[in-house]
Amino acid sequence: MADFLQHVINGISLGSIYALIALGYTMVYGILQFINFAHSDVYMVGAFIAYFVARAVGMTESPGIETLVILLGASMVGCALLGVAIERLAYRPLRKAPKINILITAIGMSLFLEYFGQVVFGADPKVFPSVLQDSVLFQMGTVPLKSLDIAVLGVTLVMMFALNFLIYHTKIGRAMRAVSTNMNVASLMGVNNDFIISFTFFVGSALAGAGSVLVGMKYPKIDPLMGMMIGLKAFVAAVLGGIGNIQGAVLGGLIMGLSEEMVVGYFSSTYRDALAFGILIVILIFRPAGLLGKYTVEKV
Amino acid sequence: MRRLLALLVVLPLFAACTKKNSNEILIGHFASMTGSEATFGQSTDQGLRLAIDELNAAGGIKGKKVHLITMDDQGKAEDAASVVTRLIDQEGVVAILGEVASSRSLAAAPIAQAKKIPMLTPSSTNPKVTEVGDFIFRACFIDPFQGTVMAKFARENLKLKKVAVFRDVKSDYSVGLADFFISKFKELGGTITDDVSYQAQDVDFKAQLTQIKSTNPEAIYIPGYYTEVGLIARQARELGIKAVLMGGDGWDSPKLSEIGATAVNGGYFSNHYSTESTDPAAVEFMKKFKEKYHTQPDGLSSVAYDAAGILLQAITRAADTPAGITPQNIRDELAKTKDFHGATGIISFDDHRNAVKSAVVVQVKGPVNKLITSVNP
Repeated sequence: MADFLQHVINGISLGSIYALIALGYTMVYGILQFINFAHSDVYMVGAFIAYFVARAVGMTESPGIETLVILLGASMVGCALLGVAIERLAYRPLRKAPKINILITAIGMSLFLEYFGQVVFGADPKVFPSVLQDSVLFQMGTVPLKSLDIAVLGVTLVMMFALNFLIYHTKIGRAMRAVSTNMNVASLMGVNNDFIISFTFFVGSALAGAGSVLVGMKYPKIDPLMGMMIGLKAFVAAVLGGIGNIQGAVLGGLIMGLSEEMVVGYFSSTYRDALAFGILIVILIFRPAGLLGKYTVEKV
Repeated sequence: MRRLLALLVVLPLFAACTKKNSNEILIGHFASMTGSEATFGQSTDQGLRLAIDELNAAGGIKGKKVHLITMDDQGKAEDAASVVTRLIDQEGVVAILGEVASSRSLAAAPIAQAKKIPMLTPSSTNPKVTEVGDFIFRACFIDPFQGTVMAKFARENLKLKKVAVFRDVKSDYSVGLADFFISKFKELGGTITDDVSYQAQDVDFKAQLTQIKSTNPEAIYIPGYYTEVGLIARQARELGIKAVLMGGDGWDSPKLSEIGATAVNGGYFSNHYSTESTDPAAVEFMKKFKEKYHTQPDGLSSVAYDAAGILLQAITRAADTPAGITPQNIRDELAKTKDFHGATGIISFDDHRNAVKSAVVVQVKGPVNKLITSVNP
């Protein structure tokens, strides 16, 4: 029983990390119907921004709220600017081109950032500064509940609600939904499409920046290829939950985390990814649009 | 479009006319300079270059400078094969150094063998590599030796009975070490409580560790690379696992204790040499390495340094023979390597072209590794 409880806690803590990154995928997809494969690499750059800022201001070994705020801020702003720049330079010139062209550009961007990172930052893993002191909040039987896990889950949930509010209850959110429904009509109604799309990338990439600091706190090893696997899993989580749906991304992330954990705990560690992705396939057979996604028939 | 085609036709011509400088001896090195295992290739390259620069500073071989051509295989076996072909056919190297990963050495070895160019791998420990043919050599010990050293150490020195194994299922190296460890440990009367796996690049290991914890082992054998081991150690301690951690030479890096912090302290691993070694060759190597690169050498740089040393010595001997520096001659001289005194110990080649050398077991104590015992083959 204690084992089971431990597996559940591990699963939720891993799942909330997937969820946090999945939010960025799903947000850009929800507005532009475009999968930004470079998202996970923007996340990687965010981790390095935090790493270099911490070194520059000399706070690698001074955990505390102040450190968290500074690093989170630096990383979010840095990532947001990078996201906007990528959109401006790589995606905007292709906006009129077929969707597949932008998709391939996004994959190219992702590889560019990965290998550029290996040249600039070096390929060897770096150690992320300690941001918050990890302590046991309380003990459930023999199973400790850690403050970092709670913090990650908390931040993920807060971001989920904030995004939801932004999209459904603000003026700019309404403009975003308008662009998502029909770009031409939105611009006829006086929506500045370029601005809204830049803004979408700004917010989506800032989320990646926040994610990178939280993941760095939990798994303090960062390297230029760190975004690859976690990005893939987060993307799957977004699809699982229904891509484009904010709550779906969080739900999908938690399901991915828990199922991976249970597969390893009760079946076989060798088949961790295979079985986790198998679960995804089964869910998608029965719910092709994802758990919370709306299935719409494409009109011709 | 036509201009593009013309360019495509002309470009390879330029690439093909690399100038051959007869005053240089060319050695090829294929390595994972980029990709997920880029650190392995880069560390190795640093070690090789240190040895070669030293030789060149001292005047080279009979007045000829040695020039190392490093080519990137991006950590892919297919690329390793094509890069080695290019090194031999286009660049005209007389010998090949590389790779770290056994899977890539295995891809390149048949090519070197077919073209009769001697190939010396600094750190591929899988036994199959040198079985490819008589032109393939290795400058390190092989997996069975390292695995059994740790099994013996756990059973006889630490007096452990119950050990869990946690291996990197993607790596031939890790799987090999784990298998040899398990068979020796059982033979010595120990029990393996659990045998679970992870994959390189994973960051979360808590599921496997929770499972290991429930079997209550006295120690966990993790024959992986420091990149993952640091995180595994941290997460094990977070889950309240107090078992001793053990591993192989993949642990050897200053980064291990940076990533793992206090969690890796007290762990034991088998290695090629100890930084506490008082052997003058090892001390000298560490000093020179620090001067040149401003960091501590890791295990891969040190075996690479010795591999380059062995090869350069063989070429020097070949230069003295009437036939001079030819691949066949270098191969013959390599095979005669005996009692080479390198940074990682005294190395001789056996009949199967594998290095015979001793291993050490060290204990992690912060950034330094304390020498515990030395094991002869």
